[in-house]
Amino acid sequence: MNKRDLDNTLAIFKREFLSYFNSPVLYVIVVIYLLASMGFTFFFGRFLDTDNASLTQPFFFWHPWIYIVLAPAVGMRLWSEEHRLGTFELLMTMPLSPWQAIIGKFVAAALVWLIGLTLTFPVVITVYWLGSPDLGPIITGYIASYLYALGCLAVTSAASAYTRSQVVCFIVSVALCILLTLIGYPGIVDTVVRTVPASLESIVRLISYLSFMDHFFEMSKGKFIFRDVLYFLSVIVTALIITHLGLRSKRA
Amino acid sequence: MRMVTGYFRPTAGSISIGGVDMLEDPETAKRSIGYLPENAPLYSDMTVASFLGFCAEMRGLNGAARSRAIDRVLELCFLENVRNQSVDTLSKGYRHRTCFAQSIIHDPDVLILDEPTDGLDPNQKHEVRGLIKRMGQNKAIIFSTHILEEVEAACSRAIIIDRGRVVADGTPDELKKSVPGCGTLDEVFRAITRPDTVK
Repeated sequence: MNKRDLDNTLAIFKREFLSYFNSPVLYVIVVIYLLASMGFTFFFGRFLDTDNASLTQPFFFWHPWIYIVLAPAVGMRLWSEEHRLGTFELLMTMPLSPWQAIIGKFVAAALVWLIGLTLTFPVVITVYWLGSPDLGPIITGYIASYLYALGCLAVTSAASAYTRSQVVCFIVSVALCILLTLIGYPGIVDTVVRTVPASLESIVRLISYLSFMDHFFEMSKGKFIFRDVLYFLSVIVTALIITHLGLRSKRA
Repeated sequence: MRMVTGYFRPTAGSISIGGVDMLEDPETAKRSIGYLPENAPLYSDMTVASFLGFCAEMRGLNGAARSRAIDRVLELCFLENVRNQSVDTLSKGYRHRTCFAQSIIHDPDVLILDEPTDGLDPNQKHEVRGLIKRMGQNKAIIFSTHILEEVEAACSRAIIIDRGRVVADGTPDELKKSVPGCGTLDEVFRAITRPDTVK
Protein backbone atom coordinates (compact mmCIF):
# COMPACT_ATOMS: atom_id res chain seq x y z
CA MET A 1 0.00 0.00 0.00
CA ASN A 2 1.73 3.17 -1.14
CA LYS A 3 0.77 6.80 -0.70
CA ARG A 4 -1.19 6.92 -3.94
CA ASP A 5 -3.44 4.02 -2.83
CA LEU A 6 -4.02 5.74 0.47
CA ASP A 7 -4.86 9.06 -1.22
CA ASN A 8 -7.41 7.38 -3.47
CA THR A 9 -9.00 5.54 -0.57
CA LEU A 10 -9.12 8.75 1.46
CA ALA A 11 -10.72 10.71 -1.40
CA ILE A 12 -13.44 8.06 -1.76
CA PHE A 13 -13.91 7.95 2.00
CA LYS A 14 -14.21 11.71 2.28
CA ARG A 15 -16.78 12.00 -0.48
CA GLU A 16 -18.86 9.12 0.86
CA PHE A 17 -18.71 10.29 4.46
CA LEU A 18 -19.71 13.87 3.61
CA SER A 19 -22.54 12.65 1.39
CA TYR A 20 -24.12 11.03 4.46
CA PHE A 21 -24.33 14.46 6.03
CA ASN A 22 -25.87 15.96 2.88
CA SER A 23 -28.85 13.63 3.04
CA PRO A 24 -31.44 13.33 5.78
CA VAL A 25 -30.90 9.56 5.94
CA LEU A 26 -28.05 9.79 8.40
CA TYR A 27 -29.90 12.02 10.87
CA VAL A 28 -33.07 9.95 10.70
CA ILE A 29 -31.17 6.73 11.27
CA VAL A 30 -29.07 8.02 14.17
CA VAL A 31 -32.12 9.46 15.91
CA ILE A 32 -34.11 6.26 15.45
CA TYR A 33 -31.14 4.23 16.58
CA LEU A 34 -30.82 6.24 19.78
CA LEU A 35 -34.55 6.15 20.46
CA ALA A 36 -34.68 2.40 19.82
CA SER A 37 -31.63 1.47 21.86
CA MET A 38 -32.75 3.59 24.81
CA GLY A 39 -36.37 2.53 24.48
CA PHE A 40 -35.44 -1.14 24.52
CA THR A 41 -33.10 -0.61 27.44
CA PHE A 42 -35.53 1.20 29.69
CA PHE A 43 -38.90 -0.25 28.68
CA PHE A 44 -38.24 -3.80 27.52
CA GLY A 45 -34.96 -4.38 29.31
CA ARG A 46 -36.42 -2.88 32.49
CA PHE A 47 -33.02 -1.42 33.15
CA LEU A 48 -34.10 0.48 36.26
CA ASP A 49 -36.14 -2.37 37.78
CA THR A 50 -33.41 -5.00 37.55
CA ASP A 51 -31.38 -3.17 40.16
CA ASN A 52 -28.26 -4.37 38.41
CA ALA A 53 -25.39 -2.16 37.35
CA SER A 54 -24.69 -4.12 34.19
CA LEU A 55 -25.37 -3.11 30.61
CA THR A 56 -25.14 -6.61 29.12
CA GLN A 57 -28.77 -7.70 29.46
CA PRO A 58 -30.76 -4.50 29.28
CA PHE A 59 -28.64 -2.61 26.76
CA PHE A 60 -26.36 -4.69 24.49
CA PHE A 61 -28.85 -7.57 24.30
CA TRP A 62 -31.08 -5.56 21.95
CA HIS A 63 -28.41 -4.21 19.67
CA PRO A 64 -28.40 -7.08 17.13
CA TRP A 65 -32.12 -6.60 16.52
CA ILE A 66 -31.64 -2.91 15.92
CA TYR A 67 -28.68 -3.45 13.61
CA ILE A 68 -30.56 -5.97 11.50
CA VAL A 69 -32.79 -3.16 10.29
CA LEU A 70 -30.69 -0.03 10.64
CA ALA A 71 -27.28 -1.17 9.36
CA PRO A 72 -28.73 -2.07 5.93
CA ALA A 73 -30.44 1.32 5.93
CA VAL A 74 -27.06 3.00 6.29
CA GLY A 75 -25.27 0.72 3.85
CA MET A 76 -27.88 0.27 1.12
CA ARG A 77 -26.73 3.32 -0.82
CA LEU A 78 -23.05 2.32 -0.91
CA TRP A 79 -23.01 0.76 -4.37
CA SER A 80 -26.68 0.75 -5.46
CA GLU A 81 -26.58 4.51 -5.70
CA GLU A 82 -23.45 4.39 -7.87
CA HIS A 83 -25.13 1.92 -10.20
CA ARG A 84 -28.32 3.98 -10.36
CA LEU A 85 -26.66 7.33 -11.02
CA GLY A 86 -24.21 5.81 -13.51
CA THR A 87 -21.30 7.26 -11.54
CA PHE A 88 -20.03 3.70 -11.15
CA GLU A 89 -18.82 3.89 -14.74
CA LEU A 90 -17.10 7.17 -14.00
CA LEU A 91 -15.46 5.78 -10.88
CA MET A 92 -14.23 2.63 -12.56
CA THR A 93 -12.61 4.58 -15.40
CA MET A 94 -10.61 6.65 -12.95
CA PRO A 95 -7.14 5.49 -11.99
CA LEU A 96 -8.04 3.60 -8.85
CA SER A 97 -8.44 -0.06 -8.04
CA PRO A 98 -11.88 -1.33 -7.03
CA TRP A 99 -10.46 -2.28 -3.65
CA GLN A 100 -9.61 1.29 -2.81
CA ALA A 101 -13.20 2.28 -3.52
CA ILE A 102 -14.67 -0.66 -1.60
CA ILE A 103 -12.59 0.02 1.48
CA GLY A 104 -13.03 3.79 1.33
CA LYS A 105 -16.79 3.45 1.17
CA PHE A 106 -16.98 0.78 3.84
CA VAL A 107 -14.88 2.82 6.26
CA ALA A 108 -17.15 5.84 5.66
CA ALA A 109 -20.24 3.81 6.58
CA ALA A 110 -18.36 2.32 9.53
CA LEU A 111 -17.51 5.77 10.85
CA VAL A 112 -21.15 6.78 10.59
CA TRP A 113 -22.01 3.90 12.89
CA LEU A 114 -19.24 4.85 15.28
CA ILE A 115 -20.92 8.25 15.61
CA GLY A 116 -24.27 6.62 16.36
CA LEU A 117 -22.78 4.23 18.87
CA THR A 118 -20.78 6.97 20.59
CA LEU A 119 -23.95 8.98 21.07
CA THR A 120 -25.32 6.27 23.36
CA PHE A 121 -22.83 7.44 26.00
CA PRO A 122 -25.54 8.79 28.36
CA VAL A 123 -26.47 5.21 29.24
CA VAL A 124 -22.91 4.64 30.46
CA ILE A 125 -23.06 7.81 32.52
CA THR A 126 -26.41 6.67 33.93
CA VAL A 127 -25.09 3.33 35.02
CA TYR A 128 -22.07 4.95 36.67
CA TRP A 129 -24.32 7.48 38.37
CA LEU A 130 -26.63 4.85 39.80
CA GLY A 131 -24.15 2.13 40.68
CA SER A 132 -20.61 0.96 40.33
CA PRO A 133 -20.45 -1.16 37.20
CA ASP A 134 -17.61 -3.27 35.98
CA LEU A 135 -15.83 -1.37 33.21
CA GLY A 136 -14.61 -4.51 31.37
CA PRO A 137 -17.99 -5.79 30.14
CA ILE A 138 -18.97 -2.30 29.05
CA ILE A 139 -15.88 -2.00 26.86
CA THR A 140 -16.16 -5.49 25.37
CA GLY A 141 -19.91 -4.92 24.96
CA TYR A 142 -19.29 -1.81 22.94
CA ILE A 143 -16.63 -3.52 20.84
CA ALA A 144 -18.92 -6.49 20.23
CA SER A 145 -21.81 -4.20 19.37
CA TYR A 146 -19.68 -2.22 16.92
CA LEU A 147 -18.32 -5.38 15.29
CA TYR A 148 -21.88 -6.63 14.93
CA ALA A 149 -22.86 -3.42 13.16
CA LEU A 150 -19.82 -3.68 10.88
CA GLY A 151 -20.70 -7.27 10.04
CA CYS A 152 -24.21 -6.20 9.00
CA LEU A 153 -22.77 -3.26 7.05
CA ALA A 154 -20.34 -5.51 5.17
CA VAL A 155 -23.21 -7.86 4.25
CA THR A 156 -25.16 -4.83 3.00
CA SER A 157 -22.17 -3.65 1.00
CA ALA A 158 -22.04 -7.04 -0.70
CA ALA A 159 -25.77 -6.96 -1.49
CA SER A 160 -25.62 -3.40 -2.83
CA ALA A 161 -22.87 -4.34 -5.29
CA TYR A 162 -25.35 -6.54 -7.14
CA THR A 163 -28.34 -4.25 -7.53
CA ARG A 164 -29.14 -0.72 -8.57
CA SER A 165 -32.25 -0.64 -6.42
CA GLN A 166 -31.78 0.47 -2.84
CA VAL A 167 -35.05 -1.21 -1.83
CA VAL A 168 -33.94 -4.60 -3.15
CA CYS A 169 -30.59 -4.17 -1.46
CA PHE A 170 -32.24 -3.23 1.84
CA ILE A 171 -34.61 -6.19 1.88
CA VAL A 172 -31.97 -8.71 0.84
CA SER A 173 -29.53 -7.38 3.44
CA VAL A 174 -32.11 -7.44 6.23
CA ALA A 175 -32.98 -11.02 5.31
CA LEU A 176 -29.32 -12.05 5.34
CA CYS A 177 -28.68 -10.31 8.65
CA ILE A 178 -31.73 -11.99 10.21
CA LEU A 179 -30.50 -15.33 8.95
CA LEU A 180 -27.00 -14.79 10.28
CA THR A 181 -28.48 -13.75 13.62
CA LEU A 182 -31.15 -16.41 14.06
CA ILE A 183 -29.05 -19.46 13.20
CA GLY A 184 -27.14 -18.80 16.40
CA TYR A 185 -29.99 -17.62 18.61
CA PRO A 186 -29.80 -19.76 21.78
CA GLY A 187 -33.54 -20.52 22.01
CA ILE A 188 -33.73 -21.64 18.39
CA VAL A 189 -30.50 -23.63 18.47
CA ASP A 190 -31.59 -25.49 21.62
CA THR A 191 -34.94 -26.38 20.07
CA VAL A 192 -33.30 -27.66 16.92
CA VAL A 193 -30.73 -29.66 18.88
CA ARG A 194 -33.54 -31.34 20.84
CA THR A 195 -35.47 -32.35 17.70
CA VAL A 196 -32.63 -33.63 15.50
CA PRO A 197 -30.86 -36.97 16.14
CA ALA A 198 -27.88 -36.74 18.44
CA SER A 199 -25.50 -37.53 15.59
CA LEU A 200 -26.43 -34.29 13.87
CA GLU A 201 -25.92 -32.13 16.92
CA SER A 202 -22.34 -31.25 16.04
CA ILE A 203 -23.49 -29.97 12.63
CA VAL A 204 -26.16 -27.81 14.21
CA ARG A 205 -23.57 -26.46 16.63
CA LEU A 206 -21.20 -25.78 13.76
CA ILE A 207 -23.86 -23.81 11.86
CA SER A 208 -24.75 -21.85 14.95
CA TYR A 209 -21.08 -21.16 15.46
CA LEU A 210 -21.09 -19.39 12.09
CA SER A 211 -23.75 -16.93 13.23
CA PHE A 212 -23.17 -13.42 14.51
CA MET A 213 -25.12 -14.12 17.68
CA ASP A 214 -22.91 -16.83 19.10
CA HIS A 215 -19.88 -14.56 19.02
CA PHE A 216 -21.72 -11.47 20.09
CA PHE A 217 -23.12 -12.96 23.29
CA GLU A 218 -19.78 -14.22 24.48
CA MET A 219 -18.22 -10.82 24.05
CA SER A 220 -21.08 -8.80 25.46
CA LYS A 221 -20.83 -10.82 28.67
CA GLY A 222 -17.39 -9.38 29.15
CA LYS A 223 -15.15 -11.99 27.62
CA PHE A 224 -12.85 -10.38 25.15
CA ILE A 225 -12.02 -13.35 23.06
CA PHE A 226 -9.62 -12.97 20.23
CA ARG A 227 -11.30 -15.63 18.12
CA ASP A 228 -14.63 -13.78 18.27
CA VAL A 229 -13.00 -10.59 17.05
CA LEU A 230 -11.28 -12.61 14.36
CA TYR A 231 -14.64 -14.12 13.44
CA PHE A 232 -16.22 -10.72 12.83
CA LEU A 233 -13.18 -9.52 10.92
CA SER A 234 -13.30 -12.58 8.68
CA VAL A 235 -17.02 -12.01 8.02
CA ILE A 236 -16.25 -8.44 7.01
CA VAL A 237 -13.38 -9.48 4.74
CA THR A 238 -15.49 -12.21 3.13
CA ALA A 239 -18.38 -9.82 2.52
CA LEU A 240 -16.03 -7.25 0.98
CA ILE A 241 -14.56 -9.91 -1.30
CA ILE A 242 -18.12 -10.74 -2.40
CA THR A 243 -18.63 -7.01 -3.00
CA HIS A 244 -15.56 -7.05 -5.23
CA LEU A 245 -16.90 -10.02 -7.19
CA GLY A 246 -20.24 -8.25 -7.57
CA LEU A 247 -18.63 -5.11 -8.93
CA ARG A 248 -16.55 -7.15 -11.33
CA SER A 249 -19.61 -8.99 -12.62
CA LYS A 250 -21.24 -5.62 -13.38
CA ARG A 251 -18.33 -4.75 -15.65
CA ALA A 252 -18.15 -8.04 -17.53
CA MET B 1 -15.48 3.03 -25.74
CA ARG B 2 -16.21 1.36 -22.45
CA MET B 3 -13.49 -1.15 -23.22
CA VAL B 4 -10.95 1.50 -24.17
CA THR B 5 -11.59 3.32 -20.89
CA GLY B 6 -11.12 0.13 -18.91
CA TYR B 7 -14.72 -0.23 -17.75
CA PHE B 8 -15.47 -3.45 -19.63
CA ARG B 9 -12.95 -6.20 -20.20
CA PRO B 10 -12.59 -7.12 -23.85
CA THR B 11 -13.18 -10.77 -24.77
CA ALA B 12 -10.49 -10.60 -27.43
CA GLY B 13 -7.79 -8.24 -28.64
CA SER B 14 -5.70 -5.74 -26.76
CA ILE B 15 -5.98 -2.10 -25.69
CA SER B 16 -3.04 0.21 -25.37
CA ILE B 17 -3.22 3.88 -24.31
CA GLY B 18 -0.10 5.86 -25.08
CA GLY B 19 1.92 2.64 -25.06
CA VAL B 20 0.51 1.39 -21.71
CA ASP B 21 -1.50 -1.82 -21.84
CA MET B 22 -4.95 -1.29 -20.31
CA LEU B 23 -5.31 -4.90 -19.26
CA GLU B 24 -1.89 -5.27 -17.65
CA ASP B 25 -1.60 -1.90 -15.94
CA PRO B 26 -5.08 -0.34 -15.85
CA GLU B 27 -4.27 2.29 -13.23
CA THR B 28 -1.41 3.82 -15.22
CA ALA B 29 -3.31 3.59 -18.50
CA LYS B 30 -6.42 5.25 -17.01
CA ARG B 31 -4.31 8.16 -15.81
CA SER B 32 -3.85 9.52 -19.34
CA ILE B 33 -7.54 9.24 -20.25
CA GLY B 34 -10.35 11.68 -19.65
CA TYR B 35 -13.81 10.17 -20.11
CA LEU B 36 -17.26 11.60 -20.52
CA PRO B 37 -19.74 8.70 -20.17
CA GLU B 38 -23.09 8.73 -21.91
CA ASN B 39 -25.76 10.75 -20.05
CA ALA B 40 -23.08 12.57 -18.01
CA PRO B 41 -23.44 10.86 -14.62
CA LEU B 42 -22.80 13.02 -11.54
CA TYR B 43 -23.14 12.63 -7.78
CA SER B 44 -26.40 14.47 -7.27
CA ASP B 45 -25.76 15.46 -3.66
CA MET B 46 -22.60 17.45 -4.41
CA THR B 47 -21.99 20.99 -5.65
CA VAL B 48 -20.23 21.55 -8.95
CA ALA B 49 -17.00 22.65 -7.26
CA SER B 50 -16.95 19.81 -4.73
CA PHE B 51 -17.65 17.25 -7.46
CA LEU B 52 -14.79 18.59 -9.55
CA GLY B 53 -12.62 18.66 -6.41
CA PHE B 54 -13.35 14.99 -5.79
CA CYS B 55 -12.47 14.14 -9.39
CA ALA B 56 -9.26 16.15 -9.10
CA GLU B 57 -8.30 14.19 -5.98
CA MET B 58 -9.00 10.93 -7.77
CA ARG B 59 -6.59 12.13 -10.44
CA GLY B 60 -3.92 12.76 -7.85
CA LEU B 61 -4.27 16.56 -7.68
CA ASN B 62 -4.15 17.96 -4.15
CA GLY B 63 -3.84 21.31 -2.42
CA ALA B 64 -3.07 24.28 -4.67
CA ALA B 65 -2.89 22.15 -7.82
CA ARG B 66 -6.41 20.96 -7.05
CA SER B 67 -7.91 24.43 -6.76
CA ARG B 68 -6.01 25.61 -9.84
CA ALA B 69 -7.39 22.66 -11.82
CA ILE B 70 -10.94 23.40 -10.63
CA ASP B 71 -10.68 27.08 -11.59
CA ARG B 72 -9.23 26.20 -14.97
CA VAL B 73 -12.02 23.80 -15.98
CA LEU B 74 -14.75 26.01 -14.52
CA GLU B 75 -13.55 28.75 -16.83
CA LEU B 76 -13.06 26.48 -19.86
CA CYS B 77 -16.56 25.03 -19.56
CA PHE B 78 -18.31 28.30 -18.61
CA LEU B 79 -19.40 26.96 -15.24
CA GLU B 80 -18.24 29.79 -12.96
CA ASN B 81 -21.73 31.06 -12.19
CA VAL B 82 -22.92 27.64 -10.95
CA ARG B 83 -19.73 26.92 -9.00
CA ASN B 84 -21.47 26.38 -5.65
CA GLN B 85 -24.79 25.18 -6.97
CA SER B 86 -25.97 21.66 -6.20
CA VAL B 87 -25.60 19.31 -9.15
CA ASP B 88 -29.20 18.22 -8.60
CA THR B 89 -30.57 21.62 -9.59
CA LEU B 90 -28.59 22.04 -12.82
CA SER B 91 -30.11 21.96 -16.29
CA LYS B 92 -29.06 19.23 -18.68
CA GLY B 93 -26.62 21.49 -20.49
CA TYR B 94 -24.89 22.47 -17.27
CA ARG B 95 -24.79 18.86 -16.05
CA HIS B 96 -23.22 17.86 -19.31
CA ARG B 97 -20.60 20.55 -19.12
CA THR B 98 -19.85 19.68 -15.49
CA CYS B 99 -19.16 16.11 -16.48
CA PHE B 100 -17.12 17.34 -19.43
CA ALA B 101 -15.13 19.53 -17.02
CA GLN B 102 -14.44 16.41 -14.95
CA SER B 103 -12.97 14.67 -17.98
CA ILE B 104 -10.41 17.40 -18.66
CA ILE B 105 -9.55 18.27 -15.06
CA HIS B 106 -6.19 16.51 -15.20
CA ASP B 107 -5.41 17.75 -18.74
CA PRO B 108 -5.29 14.24 -20.23
CA ASP B 109 -3.58 13.32 -23.49
CA VAL B 110 -6.52 11.20 -24.58
CA LEU B 111 -10.12 12.33 -24.33
CA ILE B 112 -12.99 9.91 -24.87
CA LEU B 113 -16.47 11.37 -25.16
CA ASP B 114 -19.62 9.29 -25.48
CA GLU B 115 -22.20 11.39 -27.36
CA PRO B 116 -20.96 14.70 -25.97
CA THR B 117 -23.69 16.75 -27.66
CA ASP B 118 -26.62 14.46 -26.98
CA GLY B 119 -29.59 16.24 -25.45
CA LEU B 120 -28.15 19.74 -25.72
CA ASP B 121 -29.83 22.72 -27.33
CA PRO B 122 -28.19 24.25 -30.44
CA ASN B 123 -26.29 26.89 -28.45
CA GLN B 124 -24.93 24.32 -26.04
CA LYS B 125 -24.02 22.02 -28.91
CA HIS B 126 -22.11 24.84 -30.50
CA GLU B 127 -20.23 25.50 -27.25
CA VAL B 128 -19.30 21.86 -26.76
CA ARG B 129 -18.15 21.54 -30.37
CA GLY B 130 -16.02 24.62 -29.91
CA LEU B 131 -14.50 23.08 -26.80
CA ILE B 132 -13.74 19.84 -28.60
CA LYS B 133 -12.09 21.70 -31.46
CA ARG B 134 -9.91 23.74 -29.15
CA MET B 135 -8.94 20.66 -27.14
CA GLY B 136 -8.24 18.70 -30.32
CA GLN B 137 -5.27 20.87 -31.18
CA ASN B 138 -3.04 19.10 -28.68
CA LYS B 139 -4.97 16.00 -27.63
CA ALA B 140 -6.24 12.81 -29.15
CA ILE B 141 -10.02 12.91 -28.94
CA ILE B 142 -12.40 10.09 -29.71
CA PHE B 143 -16.09 10.83 -29.61
CA SER B 144 -19.20 9.04 -30.69
CA THR B 145 -22.15 10.81 -32.24
CA HIS B 146 -25.23 10.29 -34.33
CA ILE B 147 -25.05 13.77 -35.80
CA LEU B 148 -22.95 13.49 -38.90
CA GLU B 149 -22.49 17.21 -39.62
CA GLU B 150 -20.49 17.19 -36.42
CA VAL B 151 -18.15 14.62 -37.92
CA GLU B 152 -17.53 16.76 -40.97
CA ALA B 153 -17.02 19.84 -38.86
CA ALA B 154 -14.66 18.43 -36.26
CA CYS B 155 -13.05 15.13 -37.20
CA SER B 156 -9.89 14.09 -38.96
CA ARG B 157 -10.87 10.44 -39.00
CA ALA B 158 -14.27 8.77 -38.85
CA ILE B 159 -15.24 5.17 -38.28
CA ILE B 160 -18.74 3.87 -38.89
CA ILE B 161 -19.66 0.86 -36.78
CA ASP B 162 -22.69 -1.24 -37.62
CA ARG B 163 -23.73 -3.87 -35.06
CA GLY B 164 -20.24 -4.10 -33.62
CA ARG B 165 -18.42 -4.27 -36.97
CA VAL B 166 -16.35 -1.53 -38.54
CA VAL B 167 -17.93 -0.84 -41.93
CA ALA B 168 -16.00 2.30 -42.87
CA ASP B 169 -12.80 3.94 -41.69
CA GLY B 170 -11.15 7.05 -43.11
CA THR B 171 -11.28 10.83 -43.24
CA PRO B 172 -14.77 12.28 -43.76
CA ASP B 173 -13.82 13.10 -47.36
CA GLU B 174 -12.58 9.58 -48.05
CA LEU B 175 -15.81 8.18 -46.65
CA LYS B 176 -17.85 10.36 -48.97
CA LYS B 177 -15.83 9.15 -51.97
CA SER B 178 -15.98 5.50 -50.94
CA VAL B 179 -19.60 5.10 -51.99
CA PRO B 180 -20.27 6.40 -55.52
CA GLY B 181 -23.06 8.89 -55.88
CA CYS B 182 -23.13 10.00 -52.23
CA GLY B 183 -22.75 13.69 -51.54
CA THR B 184 -23.10 13.71 -47.76
CA LEU B 185 -22.03 11.50 -44.89
CA ASP B 186 -25.70 10.86 -44.12
CA GLU B 187 -26.12 9.18 -47.51
CA VAL B 188 -22.91 7.19 -47.04
CA PHE B 189 -24.15 6.06 -43.65
CA ARG B 190 -27.48 4.92 -45.05
CA ALA B 191 -25.82 3.13 -47.94
CA ILE B 192 -23.42 1.01 -45.88
CA THR B 193 -25.38 0.25 -42.71
CA ARG B 194 -28.56 -1.77 -42.42
CA PRO B 195 -31.61 -0.23 -40.77
CA ASP B 196 -33.06 -2.01 -37.72
CA THR B 197 -36.30 -2.68 -39.56
CA VAL B 198 -34.66 -4.93 -42.20
CA LYS B 199 -33.80 -8.49 -41.30
